Amino acid sequence: MKADIPGKPGFNFGDAAMVPVRFAMELVDPPLRWLQRTAGLGGMATFFLLPNMLIFGIFVLLPFFINFAYSMTGGAALFLPDRNFVGADQYARLFDCSNYLDPNSCAEDTFWTAVGNTGWFVLLQVTLMIGVSLVTALILNRDLRARSFWRAVFFFPVLLSPVVVGLIWKWILQRQGLLNFGLYGLGFEPHAWLNDRNWSFAAAVGVSIWAHMGFYTLILLAGLQAIPKDLYEAAEMDGTKPTRVFLRITLPLLAPNLLVVIVLVLIRAVQIFDEVYVLTGGGPGTSTLFLTQYIYETGFAAQLRNPGLAAAASILMGAVLVVLTLLQLSLGRSSEKKGDRK
Amino acid sequence: MSRIAQFLFRRKGGRGWHWTDIVTWVWLVGGLFIMFGPAVWLVGSSFKSPAALAEFPPTILPYITQKVTVSGIDKPLDLYEVTLEGGKTVKLAEVRRVGVVSQMVDPSNPGEVIKVNISQRKPVREMSFASENYTGPFTHFDFVRYLWNSVFVTVVATLITLIVNSMAAFALSKYEFRGRTIAMLLILATLMVPLSVIMVPLYSIVSALGLFNSLWGVILPTVATPTGVFILRQYMLTIPDELIDAARMDKASEWQIYWRIILPLTAPALAVLAIFSVVWRWNDFLWPLIVLSRKELYTLQVGLSIYSGELNVQWHFILAMTVVTMIPVVLVFIFLQRFITTGIAGTGLK
Repeated sequence: MKADIPGKPGFNFGDAAMVPVRFAMELVDPPLRWLQRTAGLGGMATFFLLPNMLIFGIFVLLPFFINFAYSMTGGAALFLPDRNFVGADQYARLFDCSNYLDPNSCAEDTFWTAVGNTGWFVLLQVTLMIGVSLVTALILNRDLRARSFWRAVFFFPVLLSPVVVGLIWKWILQRQGLLNFGLYGLGFEPHAWLNDRNWSFAAAVGVSIWAHMGFYTLILLAGLQAIPKDLYEAAEMDGTKPTRVFLRITLPLLAPNLLVVIVLVLIRAVQIFDEVYVLTGGGPGTSTLFLTQYIYETGFAAQLRNPGLAAAASILMGAVLVVLTLLQLSLGRSSEKKGDRK
Repeated sequence: MSRIAQFLFRRKGGRGWHWTDIVTWVWLVGGLFIMFGPAVWLVGSSFKSPAALAEFPPTILPYITQKVTVSGIDKPLDLYEVTLEGGKTVKLAEVRRVGVVSQMVDPSNPGEVIKVNISQRKPVREMSFASENYTGPFTHFDFVRYLWNSVFVTVVATLITLIVNSMAAFALSKYEFRGRTIAMLLILATLMVPLSVIMVPLYSIVSALGLFNSLWGVILPTVATPTGVFILRQYMLTIPDELIDAARMDKASEWQIYWRIILPLTAPALAVLAIFSVVWRWNDFLWPLIVLSRKELYTLQVGLSIYSGELNVQWHFILAMTVVTMIPVVLVFIFLQRFITTGIAGTGLK
């Protein structure tokens, strides 16, 4: 986007509704003029930046740092000064396993179940999500009538809240739901999908793809549309086979976008919580218990709350996310550079 | 016929059909059903009475069994169409059922009880929209309260987001000062700190500030979004500095430059951020779930998830409440989807 400078601003501050706003803005002007005179332009820059930095500082940076302190304390007390220092005990407890391949042999077996579930979820969801979004983006990039309509169709669920997504599918997958109705018509017995360990996991994967694929399709489609058309025309003139065009033109030129999307999907998949929590509540048993839910329940919802343990688990998850985000930023930067060279 | 088929299946440029064309249309039409179908089904179900919701197989439209009042009996009775032995069909009301035998009366002649095998009777159905699903939550739950809480959080958080982020973006795009790079990096770094990583300490900070069980505790931690600063800063960078210099020449204060020149010119980007912010805040779930533990403070999302997780889920209310929760987002989808899609394609951020 680029600002265009019209003769008259597009956002008309003269509107009647803006009169009180205008009044308030003029009211704060005299004290700010005084501030400008005393503090200078640099001071004004600080003034403009301050509210944002304060909120960032208090609600993001401060918690980020004291999270480490929390992870080294024990007990159920909420405030840090009331908590007793236990060193690396919480981490030791998380890693206390006799066999790392079997969650049941660990002191914190639910943590390892959550780690295992999240691992499988990430693997399955990222692969399928990339596949489905890529195919959709390729199809939307074809010579279609009403492309923006079709794009909107796939984008629709992205805007729905996770709670609504969870409830929509809970309603469809329940015993008397639409899916069983369809299968019943084909002669199958009704099945309580969400009470089945394997099917509820599959539902978690499928529903999260349904809810977010439109977002990634959009980014991939933007990437596809940025590929110069003359490359395809040249290939057509040479009589190149479509598969070869895809492998030699589309895929290499889409690669930067594709990599960014893969990392974005990964980052989101590691944190999966909301829609699955509403859909299955982590069950049946612990079959759809994921890391964020483990942290939430350990820190807030369990009978015996253990904020220290939750903090330690969240730091481990944060470490994974930091690596993935740095990867994304470096990929984003390298693809930006490529764009500049063009 | 073949002419019509030819017309329907004609292709641009007179080319023939390729297998990829078939895949395309199967994918698109399938996508149409899979993407919209579940939501449409939910909306359709929300108009069904509890009895109709419990039926299997379900009907597409909300049908209920017609009822009649028979003199001498207090309750309205279900009306059935019964095939008598002679092959005649009559409409009878069921008084009670014992095993496979139903005791029925003719509504016009309630004195005489007719015994009918249940395989011979079929309910008389009529279409009925259960509007009490929508009116019920207002009395059964604090639905108005939740609605108000959600609207309050969404509107206030969006306003603060716009003001705070546009001020920061102004400072970061139009001033040269020491520490600008550090400030940018700090904001960038917060992208790496999602809520799920800091929820324990954030909760303690919000509690220490006295914001636990307060809507402000939901609003404040979300308003300084790095995405917002980025969108606005990128946009402000394209505003020529000459405009600012000219305003300074005319003795405008920095604050006036911000709200009289920069803000109006940034309106398109502000609009995009406002749309994003409304959708984010309306849809927020995990953080409100942690901060709000008193019923009267729940937002729609929290209230919905709590009531749908109860042992005896009153689906007819839950479905209607879900539909109401969907409405603002569907409106955004219909009217403003264009802005969001260009916003995402342009920045790659959500």
